[in-house]
Amino acid sequence: MGVHQTINLDIIQEIVERHGYSKNKLIAILQDIQAVYHYLPAEALKTLSRLLKIPLIDIISVATFYRAFSLTPKGRHVATVCMGTACHVRGAPRILEEFERQLNIRRGETTEDGEWSLETVACLGCCAIGPVVVVDGDYHAHTTIRKVPTILNKYRK
Amino acid sequence: MITLKINGVEVKAEEGWTILDTAKFYGLEIPTLCHHEGLTPYGACRLCLVEIGEGPKAKLVSSCTYPAEEGLVVHTDTRRVIQARRMMIELMLSVAPYSKVIQDLASKFGVTRMRFKIRNEECILCGLCVRMCAEQMDGRAIGFQKRGFQRKISTPFDIRSEECRLCGGCIYICPACQLRCQGPQAETAICNACLTMEPTCLDFYDELQCWMYDAGRCGTCVREKKQ
Repeated sequence: MGVHQTINLDIIQEIVERHGYSKNKLIAILQDIQAVYHYLPAEALKTLSRLLKIPLIDIISVATFYRAFSLTPKGRHVATVCMGTACHVRGAPRILEEFERQLNIRRGETTEDGEWSLETVACLGCCAIGPVVVVDGDYHAHTTIRKVPTILNKYRK
Repeated sequence: MITLKINGVEVKAEEGWTILDTAKFYGLEIPTLCHHEGLTPYGACRLCLVEIGEGPKAKLVSSCTYPAEEGLVVHTDTRRVIQARRMMIELMLSVAPYSKVIQDLASKFGVTRMRFKIRNEECILCGLCVRMCAEQMDGRAIGFQKRGFQRKISTPFDIRSEECRLCGGCIYICPACQLRCQGPQAETAICNACLTMEPTCLDFYDELQCWMYDAGRCGTCVREKKQ
């Protein structure tokens, strides 16, 4: 389950135009598409393949290679828990467990109502402020289990 | 012309040749698996490894992708090369033990043990089918997906591709999924039947008189080797 949006192909056209129909900018284009839909819809990728004149399989290869891209619908909010070495020794596994308990989903899954997705990442590069949790692009530094409900409530309406 | 040394012999290579091309031209055998004439070199199987340079700086490179360079010193059969090659065969056996091509390679290069967990994935990710589809068939229906241990070859979204014309080129060229090794010990990871068999009739008939036109290959004249 996820956010159901109809795939507007004009948006894809507009994104591709903004990048000047350049094959080299495939990753940037995929990021922009993902920013709109929170995932990469199959229809969008097929349209992209046609517009950029790249074989569909090559786009799929790129989209499945990077963890940042998802081919399955994601929730409205995405919580990413850093599991890098520095965060790991400071208790990232317990924080992840707390998120799993609070949201009642496992890592990599999306809640039934399509509100939350829970992801893990190997390292975000900001080890000094670990353990780090990123929600919709906002970095939450020095996270503890106690802070987890606060973080979640901030994004809940 | 480029002059280089392969196994101590001075050889001449044309501009644009790889080490493998040069060795082939001079009749030196380098085993290959993911290399195919008519497809771009890929360097995935690492069977064509050769040692370049001398002394402690010598390194292993895949000869199918390494261009012939002026003054290059190449060795195709050093201990290091043979060990690396055997290791590659062993690794490939663990992934696709039913492949006849790989079992034959194991017998040919004396790989008699397999120390890894059998995975039976029947794909060694050599990329032959992907290149076949893209370059010869102009299909671009299949390709690599995901990465690391999850890497696989499939069509977009794992459903039948609109580009696929069912030409069968990918199956034709696949060394792992098509031909089955039917050796006596095929249920274990390693067959080695070819090592324990010897042709019986080759002393009496030459190649042309063998009724399969491929002496010994048919197996009808094969018996177990006396140890």
